Amino acid sequence: MQVSMTVNGVKREADVDARTLLVHFLRETLDLTGTKIGCDTSQCGACTVHLDGKVLKSCTLLAVQAEGCEVTTIEGLAEGGEHHPMQTAFWENHGLQCGYCTPGMIMASAAFVRDNPGASENEIRHYLEGNICRCTGYHNIVKAVKQVADSAAGA
Amino acid sequence: MTTRIFGSGIKRREDPRLITGEARYTDDIKLPGVLHMAVARSPYAHANILSIDTSAAEAMEGVAAVYTSEDIGDGLAGLPTAWLIPDSDLKTPEHPALAKGKVRYVGDGVAIVLADDRYRAQDAADAIVVEYEELPAVIDPEAAAQEGAPLIHDDVEGNIAFRWAPFDKEASDAVFDEADVVVSERIVQQRLLPTAMEPRSAMAQFNPATQELTLWCTSQNPHIHRFIISAVTGLNENRVRVIAPEVGGGFGSKIPCYPDEALVSWAAMQLGVPVKWTETRSENYLITIHGRDHIQHVDMAASNDGKLLGVRATVYAGMGGYLSTAAPGIPTILHGLLYVGPYTMDSVYCESIGVMTNGTPTDAYRGAGRPEATFLLERMVDKVAAAIDMDPAEVRRKNLIPAFEDGYDVAAGLTYDSGDYPAAFEKALGMAGYDDFRQAQAEALADGRYLGIGVTAYTEMCGLGPSQVAGAVGFQGGLWESATVRVTPTGKVQALIGASPHGQGSETTLAQIIAEELGFPVDDIEVVHGDTTETPMGWGTYGSRTTPVTGAALAHASRKLKEKARVLAAHLMEANVDDIEYADGSFSVKGSPDQAQSIQDVALMAHLAWNMPEGMDPGFEESQFYDPPNFVYPFGTHIAIVEVHAETGEIDLQRYIAVDDCGPQINPEIVAGQIHGGVVQGVAQALCEGAIYDENGQLLTGSMMDYCMPKADMFPNFELGETVTPSPHHPIGVKGVGETGTIASTPTVYNAVLDALSPLGIEQIDMPLTSAKVWAAIQSAS
Repeated sequence: MQVSMTVNGVKREADVDARTLLVHFLRETLDLTGTKIGCDTSQCGACTVHLDGKVLKSCTLLAVQAEGCEVTTIEGLAEGGEHHPMQTAFWENHGLQCGYCTPGMIMASAAFVRDNPGASENEIRHYLEGNICRCTGYHNIVKAVKQVADSAAGA
Repeated sequence: MTTRIFGSGIKRREDPRLITGEARYTDDIKLPGVLHMAVARSPYAHANILSIDTSAAEAMEGVAAVYTSEDIGDGLAGLPTAWLIPDSDLKTPEHPALAKGKVRYVGDGVAIVLADDRYRAQDAADAIVVEYEELPAVIDPEAAAQEGAPLIHDDVEGNIAFRWAPFDKEASDAVFDEADVVVSERIVQQRLLPTAMEPRSAMAQFNPATQELTLWCTSQNPHIHRFIISAVTGLNENRVRVIAPEVGGGFGSKIPCYPDEALVSWAAMQLGVPVKWTETRSENYLITIHGRDHIQHVDMAASNDGKLLGVRATVYAGMGGYLSTAAPGIPTILHGLLYVGPYTMDSVYCESIGVMTNGTPTDAYRGAGRPEATFLLERMVDKVAAAIDMDPAEVRRKNLIPAFEDGYDVAAGLTYDSGDYPAAFEKALGMAGYDDFRQAQAEALADGRYLGIGVTAYTEMCGLGPSQVAGAVGFQGGLWESATVRVTPTGKVQALIGASPHGQGSETTLAQIIAEELGFPVDDIEVVHGDTTETPMGWGTYGSRTTPVTGAALAHASRKLKEKARVLAAHLMEANVDDIEYADGSFSVKGSPDQAQSIQDVALMAHLAWNMPEGMDPGFEESQFYDPPNFVYPFGTHIAIVEVHAETGEIDLQRYIAVDDCGPQINPEIVAGQIHGGVVQGVAQALCEGAIYDENGQLLTGSMMDYCMPKADMFPNFELGETVTPSPHHPIGVKGVGETGTIASTPTVYNAVLDALSPLGIEQIDMPLTSAKVWAAIQSAS
């Protein structure tokens, strides 16, 4: 099936098997491998992207369901050659180790803080239930997200 | 230089590629013409294979080939077990890459499909028809060791793969016979699923003209993978190149060489095109090694005044359907030798029985044997405290080994390197406000609230380890590391290491070591790892060994370079070598500070070699093989405070305090990250994680929907403290810290929960302490 969508600001079209998941379309067809796959059951959040501005686990959608949509992946999060504040905060706060969950964590957290500036630590911990990290114990991820949430509230 | 780079929590050098999605993990690498491999796997835990019909799969669109073990024939040797414990009557049953006539766990590979796309490959694997004759299965290791249990391998009598009991039983029994107090418990160290976030993946490419095989794979130890892939394929080792690109966590599960890695290699050799395989998470839970799986019968002896006299245990350790790469070493060498812990206890006894079962093979999982030992000790110390009605912190205080700086021999046969256990212990108790908590706990209880505190004092053996010891305990490899510090003519550094970090931040910490030793800016130092062709031989990243062992190799190589630089600088400045002073990457002549040569100047002159001292070779590069003289022994004390809600059985982890001593910290932020992550993994064993099989050997926790991974909202912010006791035998004094959090935290939280429940008379609940189990225990107690 023919599918067409805008990914990181660029119009992309391809002929795909109807059953192709959006995450496989991004990774295999478009070679945007920053989006990861960590489970088969939509628990881990490694595949989190933004679809028309909303947070989405890209393993839960077929590519053809994203027809006409705007998709942002980790590769498209930075603007004008500058890291997104959430990327900077993860780096500054040692919010990552092996890095595999990181793209999904950053995509989910960036959208959360955009919609919830000033979120409390407790709200952040609760929100992050949908993204699993095995390395960091979440401590520094929460610290990074809180830093951005605080500065978003102050702005 | 104003700020010393060693000891500074600088940002990680790995992160820019990781936070932007630019890093390339194995599955991210694409090769033209690649075929995808899918594996048809056994749905039964134990069955004879009567027939395999691959015709439907072969006829499917996009399928290039289908193979069974018959097609492979002797094209692939069985996967070897590489830790052969001496004096244990060890049996190593054959582990073929695809099952021959019989399957031994759910997920055992039966056939492989190669197709042009991963969806089609899986469709075809599903279309393979296998006729099975189901056999009775056994999962529980103690049950599998009983007479009449289903026999899993014909050549492993009674399913007993080994029996290891190196200590003096009579001496141990005498201690127990004479002791005032003996406490006992049956402890279940449940199976855990390591769950590195990156599933395993392997891609192989074979060049028939050069007979060279390149294997990209998710490995913690590419040089060991090269060694084993060479052995199973028959290719010369120098024709095998293993590349571990970015690797997304391992926790031990990416140490072993698995059938899948051998199969992609063999298939690529057959077909002459690249072959790739990536496991799904469901596959990962079925086929990637599991951890723990002990049933322990433990006794501890003590005197009425709280002196710990001895510990003894009989351990049934589940090995699963085959003996994985390092499996026999985990419940033996890495377990029983830790039975003294941080205490002045003179008697230990351990009988560890490795038992074949119909579960997934087990092997090293973060801590590997040492968490199982530490839990057993710490649980029993709390039981001793209860038996003699003494505060558990006081029992520990009375028995801690006093501070020592250079060697302490313990009854289990080890020589601890250095420690100040009382200092870490008192610091942690102070941070927790232990005495005040006991008061608050009593008041809360009067209000019907159940608070609890758990305290763990630990030491552990890591930085594996002296190669002579490795040989003596049957490890089929060395445990040294090598490293090369190579400086380019323009003064930039490449450090080539044989170890293979996969999330630990070693590209940063190892660069900090070199920066400290030689004065190069840390941003000018790249650490190169993971490719057997680019890097010198090394045994890999596991056992908290990369910072201590590779770090020592780099420190020594750097010091050799510094000495060369000093001599060359003296020659260039026409000064006596003895008059050369070094500071912050610059060599100057004593008394005339304006005359100086920077390390970069010297590197350039060494490369140009226009004007060298007599006898000095050109170039600016040094290598070091480093075999540690002893293990390193980090230590500390962890404390957890919990509230148990009696109405629901829910556990609220309110505070977690960790005081760890890993010697001088190269990068405190990275050290803290290791502890945070380790603590969460260990706490999760106490509270939520556990692989569950049904009586037929089906894994009921086969996905993240069913296996409870720890989430962010289960934890408070951690309170970390430190003491600093250098290792006396290490060039920069550092000890490993990768596993301490996991080793200490499970008993800490478990004991806290049982402390909270003690007013109800509850003395034991099997882990994990789910709210359902805790609620049921409360109901039956009241």
